[in-house]
Amino acid sequence: MKPKEAWLRDEYGAAVMRMPERDAVFETLSDIPVGPLYTAEDLSGFDAATELGYPGEFPFTRGVQASMYRSKLWTMRMFAGFGTAEQTNERFHKLLAAGQTGLSTAFDLPTLMGYDSDHPMARGEVGKCGVAVASLADMEVLFEGIDPEAITTSMTINSPANAVWAMYLAMAERKGADLAKVGGTIQNDILKEFIAQKEYIFPPAPSVKLVIDTFEWGPQVAPRFNFVSVSGYHIREAGSTSVQELAFTLADGIHYVRKALERGLDIDEFAPRISFFFNVHNDFFEEIAKFRAARRIWARQMRDVFGAQDPRSWMLRTHAQTAGVSLTARQPLVNVARVAIQALAGVLGGTNSLHTDAFDEALSLPTEEAATLALRTQQVVAFESGVTNTVDPLAGSYYLESLTNDMERRTLDYFARIDALGGVERAIEAGYFAREIGDASWKQQRDIDERRRLVVGVNAFEQDVQEVPIQLVDAAVARVQRERLERVRRERDPLAAEAALGELRDRAKDGGNTMPAFMRAAHAFCTLGEQMDVLREVYGVYEEPVLV
Amino acid sequence: MDRPIRVLIAKPGLDGHDRGAKVIARALRDAGMEVIYTGLRQTAEMIVNAAVQEDVDAVGLSVLSGAHMHYFREVATALSARDAGDMLLFGGGIVPDTDLPTLAELGVGRIFTPGANTDDVVAYVRSEIARRRGRAAH
Repeated sequence: MKPKEAWLRDEYGAAVMRMPERDAVFETLSDIPVGPLYTAEDLSGFDAATELGYPGEFPFTRGVQASMYRSKLWTMRMFAGFGTAEQTNERFHKLLAAGQTGLSTAFDLPTLMGYDSDHPMARGEVGKCGVAVASLADMEVLFEGIDPEAITTSMTINSPANAVWAMYLAMAERKGADLAKVGGTIQNDILKEFIAQKEYIFPPAPSVKLVIDTFEWGPQVAPRFNFVSVSGYHIREAGSTSVQELAFTLADGIHYVRKALERGLDIDEFAPRISFFFNVHNDFFEEIAKFRAARRIWARQMRDVFGAQDPRSWMLRTHAQTAGVSLTARQPLVNVARVAIQALAGVLGGTNSLHTDAFDEALSLPTEEAATLALRTQQVVAFESGVTNTVDPLAGSYYLESLTNDMERRTLDYFARIDALGGVERAIEAGYFAREIGDASWKQQRDIDERRRLVVGVNAFEQDVQEVPIQLVDAAVARVQRERLERVRRERDPLAAEAALGELRDRAKDGGNTMPAFMRAAHAFCTLGEQMDVLREVYGVYEEPVLV
Repeated sequence: MDRPIRVLIAKPGLDGHDRGAKVIARALRDAGMEVIYTGLRQTAEMIVNAAVQEDVDAVGLSVLSGAHMHYFREVATALSARDAGDMLLFGGGIVPDTDLPTLAELGVGRIFTPGANTDDVVAYVRSEIARRRGRAAH
């Protein structure tokens, strides 16, 4: 067999003389050039034993469990939340009845920003893009009829994560559950809020401190809970490339580890409960490579840089969600195809949990029919496609392994750049991430506008608008919420509520772990807004520099 | 010669999803317009104050949180109350077609949804402002 270079020159060269290459960009979505052919030469020096290993073994490139989907499929976890706690509870029950295996809660913006539903800043927003949870009373309605020991629940909550987690655990305790058996995930990743999604309240330093409180408290009290889901999803949605998503997310994870070690915590106590959350976008192989590279980089960092001993500390366990940003409002049914391909990439990447977007999400919150179809898409991948029959079926692909190596290399370059800026918090304050992501999203937009990249139904194969039904949020939601809040404030023990808020203030001031105070506040029916106001008073609020 | 078109791009309310707002701001600026971006978490009052102070020709709101009807109504009402009802109010985000008639009644111009081409946004703002300036001159 002749060398690849000679083959490219002779055979490939002759072929494209006869039939020229298409007028297309042969690059990944991260602008990594893609060659016409990959061979063993692209993997020269590649040692499969050290770069891949077996599934369930260091460095976990092939997956975190030995038997992966042959034993246990990924958790089918659809993100849901809208309107009142009653409405979302009803959707939860329907999703479980449809075969979903875990819950995932979307909160409305006032909740995400730590405002009660009757705060002036909440006007017009209550129950719109998620469910409103302002106190334990809402949490109890939300999980009515659901056993917290039997079903794991993920909660997408960040700045107020400590308070909302405490409400969830308080709800479980009042149902008689043993917290040692209650599993789930709180997103609780404040760094990516500063970097991308912008749902921060307090400045970076106290925000990170609150996260580390959960690292310390969680393993002692609720050891089956993932107290953080280090998230690249939102970084990607804000317009980053796949490589930036990978690099910035892992850099955030490393930052939390460093902060936890600074507090004197034992890495093998907390690291097994760090979880991750990545996007799955359109570029099929690049996305698969991203998941494989993520596991390898994390394992090496944890074992070789931070000295973790417990193999569970080395494992990057991750949730994935198909790319909302890739969905189009035009010809929305085409999104079903996009989501299916993205879901397949997530599964071939070895994700441990998956949300598939509904096709109508560029238009409104998903209707029940659209959400069910998205779940069915996962079920087709799981039960019909055959990709779950063997573990990590793509390992050894010349192209995929080259791409995985390339993404790892580029990620390590980003780590060096972030370290040179003084670490993640300094880089946030310097606007580094905002610039990087802004430039990438601008380039992607121009590529589409100028038709260097084609998007079906948007800049190619355009067609008249398809009408699809829309999920509407009832205007009565805000009233129902306000009434329940008023009742909570009226009926609770005012002295207990005040004492709990006092303890929270003391912990915020003296720097002690805030979680016991949040638990007390939850049980005392303190509202989310009251608790966040105490912290706003002590920590101050953050405003980012405006950069375009 | 006409002064350059001045545009305020604003993010009302609690929504932090600013990719679209920033991309549109950059596209309009690249097209030679003067663009002011408000940053996040603006109330209708803050947006209208900025629009009047900066004497802009157009105000673009970006809302992805589902609260668009609330904010377009508030901003449109406040612009009229400040005698600035002749400014072009347009927007983008997750806005279903079913809301478009009500927005039109409020005097809101075009709404650009996910997948919109930035060249179309530029062309729209340019032609709409030219039309309004032409009308004002007669």
